[in-house]
This record gives sequence, C-alpha cells and structure tokens, in this order.
Amino acid sequence: MKLFEQPAHVLHDMLVNKEITSLELTEAVLARIDEVEGDVKAYLTITRDEAIAQAKAVDEKIAKGETISFLEGIPGAIKDNICTKGVKTTCASKILQNFVAPYDATVMTKLKAQNPVIIGKANMDEFAMGGSTENSAFQKTGNPWNTECVPGGSSGGSAAAVAAGTAVWALGSDTGGSIRQPASFCGVVGMKPTYGRVSRYGLVAYASSLDQIGPITKDVTDCAHILNIISGRDEMDSTSVNEEVPDFTKALVEDVKGLKVGIPKEYFVKGMDPDVEKTVREAIDKLKELGAEILEISLPNTDYAISTYYLISPAEAATNLARYDGVSYGERAEDAADLVEMMTKTRTQYLGEEVKRRIMIGNYALSAGYYDAYYLKALKVRRLIKEDFDKAFEQVDVIVCPTAPTPAYKIGEKISNPLEMYLQDACTVPLNLAGLPGISVPCGYSSDNMPIGLQIIGKALDEETILRVAYTYEQSQSFHNDRAQLGGN
Amino acid sequence: MKVTKKDMENVAVLSRLDIPADKEAQYTQQLNDVLEYFDNLSAVNTDDIKPLAHVLPISNVFREDVVKESLDRDLALSNAPLKEDGYFKVPKVLED
Repeated sequence: MKLFEQPAHVLHDMLVNKEITSLELTEAVLARIDEVEGDVKAYLTITRDEAIAQAKAVDEKIAKGETISFLEGIPGAIKDNICTKGVKTTCASKILQNFVAPYDATVMTKLKAQNPVIIGKANMDEFAMGGSTENSAFQKTGNPWNTECVPGGSSGGSAAAVAAGTAVWALGSDTGGSIRQPASFCGVVGMKPTYGRVSRYGLVAYASSLDQIGPITKDVTDCAHILNIISGRDEMDSTSVNEEVPDFTKALVEDVKGLKVGIPKEYFVKGMDPDVEKTVREAIDKLKELGAEILEISLPNTDYAISTYYLISPAEAATNLARYDGVSYGERAEDAADLVEMMTKTRTQYLGEEVKRRIMIGNYALSAGYYDAYYLKALKVRRLIKEDFDKAFEQVDVIVCPTAPTPAYKIGEKISNPLEMYLQDACTVPLNLAGLPGISVPCGYSSDNMPIGLQIIGKALDEETILRVAYTYEQSQSFHNDRAQLGGN
Repeated sequence: MKVTKKDMENVAVLSRLDIPADKEAQYTQQLNDVLEYFDNLSAVNTDDIKPLAHVLPISNVFREDVVKESLDRDLALSNAPLKEDGYFKVPKVLED
C-alpha cells in the first residue's frame, strides 16, 4: 500500500519507528491531490504551506526524541462548516465565500493540541443541506470509486478525500446522516456520536438539536482514536454532556459472542436496492457466525421519520440561518434602500436553492395557523420515534441495518426532485431524532462495484459497543483494505 | 394545491427572501409536494404525547458569571461587509 492509502494508526507507528517522516507523508498526500483532485474536487481550500510547516515541526519533535500523540504529523481534512481560525470557513455557500473564521471550533482546539497536519477544508452541501454534495455553491465532488457518481453528503468532500487518499482522516458533521451516508457511498468508516458527546461550539449551525460532529476514517481503529480526541464536555456548548469519556480504543476487541443484535424489519422494505439488501443480509449472517444473537425487532414509527425530520430540521434551520442578514459577517447585496430590503436582497442573491427551500419549509411549519399541525406534531412524533428505540434497546445491545437504501448514484440523477432526495435519508434520520450514536462500515459492493455500508446503531452514550461490533465485523472481512482505483493506483 | 399563492408570499416575507416570478410556480409545487407527503403524520395518534424538542435530559445549565477573555473587537469586525469607527454599518433605520 502507498503511504496515502494507509490508515492513521499504521502511519503513526511508522512515524514513531522513524520509517517515514511527516514531511514525506504530507508530500505524498499533496502529490496525490495534484494527481486526482481535478477529478474528485473534495477540497474548497487547500492549506499547502501551513501543512508543510506543520509536518516539519512534527519531524523536528520526533528528531529530538519526543513522544508524539496519535494524530501528530498525520494529514487530515476538515468539513468546511467547522470554524478554523484564520482559514476560510464557507459552508460551501456564496454568502460565506469570504468568511475567515475568527476563532477555532472546540474540536479544532482539541485536534490542534495533537499537532495533526491540516490539509484543507472539505466540500459539502451548502450549510450541510443535502445528501450528495451537489448543493455546494462552488463545485460538485466526484465519488473516488466512480467520479461520475456522487460521494453522498453532506460531508461528501470529507468522505471522498479519505477514500481518494487525499486525506488520511477527516471530520464531518451529521444532522440526518451526513457522516454515515457519504462514508457508505465512499467505502469508508463514518461515525455520528451520541448527541452531546462532541461539542458543537464552532460548528456552523444547521439544526441545533440534531447536529453532531464525528470522524470519517479508513477503518474502525482510526475512528475510535479520533473519537477519543474530539469527545467531552465543553462549557462553550451547554448541550455537550457531562459524562466521563471512556478510552474508545479499549472497545476494539474482536468479540461479539452473546451480543444481541436487533434487525428492524421496517428498514428492509420498499425502495431498497437489491444489492444493498443482499450485502447487508450477508453482513448480518456474518455477525451471527461470529457468535452474535440475531433478533428481529420492530421500530413501528420508522415510516414517519422522514416527515418528522424534514419538519424539525428546516424549522431549526429557518431560525439558525436568520443570522445571514448581511450585517455582521458574510456577503451583503448592494443598492438596497433600507434595512429589510438589504437583508432580503442579500439572502436572495447569496443563498442557494435548497437552503432557500428549507428555510421556507421551516418558516411555513412554524407560522401562525400551521405550527400545531406541522411543527408541534413533528415534535410529538419525534418522541414516539425515540420511544421505539428505547423499547428496542430493552431487548438488544445494538441495531443493525443498511446505512442508505442505495449505493452512490450518478451526479444529476436525483437533484431535480427534492422529495425523492429526502426519501433517501430513511435509514439515517431516525438516529438523529433520537440522539443515538451510529457508525457506517463498508460491507460489500453493488453489481457496479460501488461500496455499500452497514449501519450499527447503539444506545445513547454507548459508542463502545457499536465500535466493538464494527471492529469485529471489519476484522472478519477485508473491505477496509480495499481502495478506490483512481489516478495511478 | 395545498399551498396558495398567498401562503407562498407570506412565507417569503417571513424568510426575508424574494421569489422570482419565473420560479414561483416551481417553488409552490415543490413546497406543496413536500407538505402533502408530511401529511402522513396525521395518521399517528399523538393524544397525550408530549413534544420532544431535545433528546437530552437536561434543562438549564448554569455556570459562574465570571469575566473571561472575549473575541477582540477588530477580529469580531473582520468579516463585516461594512464597518465604521468600530461598529457594524447598516442602511439608515430611523427617519430624520
């Protein structure tokens, strides 16, 4: 395997053993960018000079015989809705096209304490609204397995960079599947932690009761290490939970004997691609063979999750995105006669179509006359969806299902029909509504050789058990060693 | 159609967005399709179900009110589209 294809834990050992330098590794990743980024287009900003400087500093530290932390000197990508001090943070929106974050998000402060090499900021659907990264105002990202296909979204740039070898690891954010679904489409590992596990301070808000930052990596081991770094209570985010953070790498054990794995029957119905169903069923058989106890369960309100999610998230977005008014940051339209016209012109000119659509859905659902029928109703159904999970977890330790109903589709195939796009999120949004952790791990390929992901859902704050199941499954297979054929490799 | 022209105009005002005339029919149709789909929620019995706005069992989170370092004024203004004398500048709000 080439350097840029290796997971972080292998590269960390190579750095410690002085088999490679961080500069060699960083230059290998930058050369890979020169080779394939023209097709993949995963990055909105590449901080090449800073990356080289960071790598050199780590090499000096290693030369002096100092110990290095896990991510030290290892190149990664940051989704462009996470504030990075002194570096553009655009959310792939024209309204923030010149926004330079004046402070670091808490996850960046935590990461920087580890001295990683930051390669750049990854493309995404504008304000994280979308499932294909086609809603970026700047560029369409190609799936490294077939660049005519979407990488998924909204963290499509992060997942594509990890899959293409233009980043070793990445951070994404997940409001309704935006880490897990692109991880599934790009054949990499992606985790949405429990709501509140990771601070949202400095994550540009989309839907605050659903958003969560998490890792996108080449394997489950790297996922556990990065989760260790970014987790924990933060006084700047009052919704971050005040619970002790375990060492997640201790969960990396190959053992699922006696674990109860629930298979929700409602997740295997209409509209599911037959290749997805087949590979996920094979993965479930594998878990059984490895000693897990498989139980069919029911999550009866699953059918209502899409409606609930697409009322609550736009309602929260309509409120959160009211801040783009052309006053304190972001672009401002010219030639407005008064304040309201200035705001209206600014938003009309600089926000993209999907963002406008969700703001309007949200304001409709919150407006007088419709609030009870839509928004309040959705909040009540949200409780029922959460209670479905609570009941299921009285019987089982984890729940296993597909991450997405289909593999990656062609760029342009679905984008003209918003409702059809929304229906693609059926397997991922229920977790966000219930606040639960979920991980997507590669479990096979479609007949067109596009990756398929297995989703493992855990109890609140029990990332350890899903990591254990994911790791045990991963080690029984070899999908995590597969790489997209792209460029010269 | 569930969504009327008036609804659409109202929602545009609430959203501080202009809907271009050539997009009005398309936006109305799309909003209508989505809302019709959302009507599947009316089949769910939610009598006596309390709304769930937030999954965490926390309500008020308090901390000591102590002065800490905050964002530098120039840095806070560094992304402003228009500023003057340390302030954000906007079109005139009050009449002369």
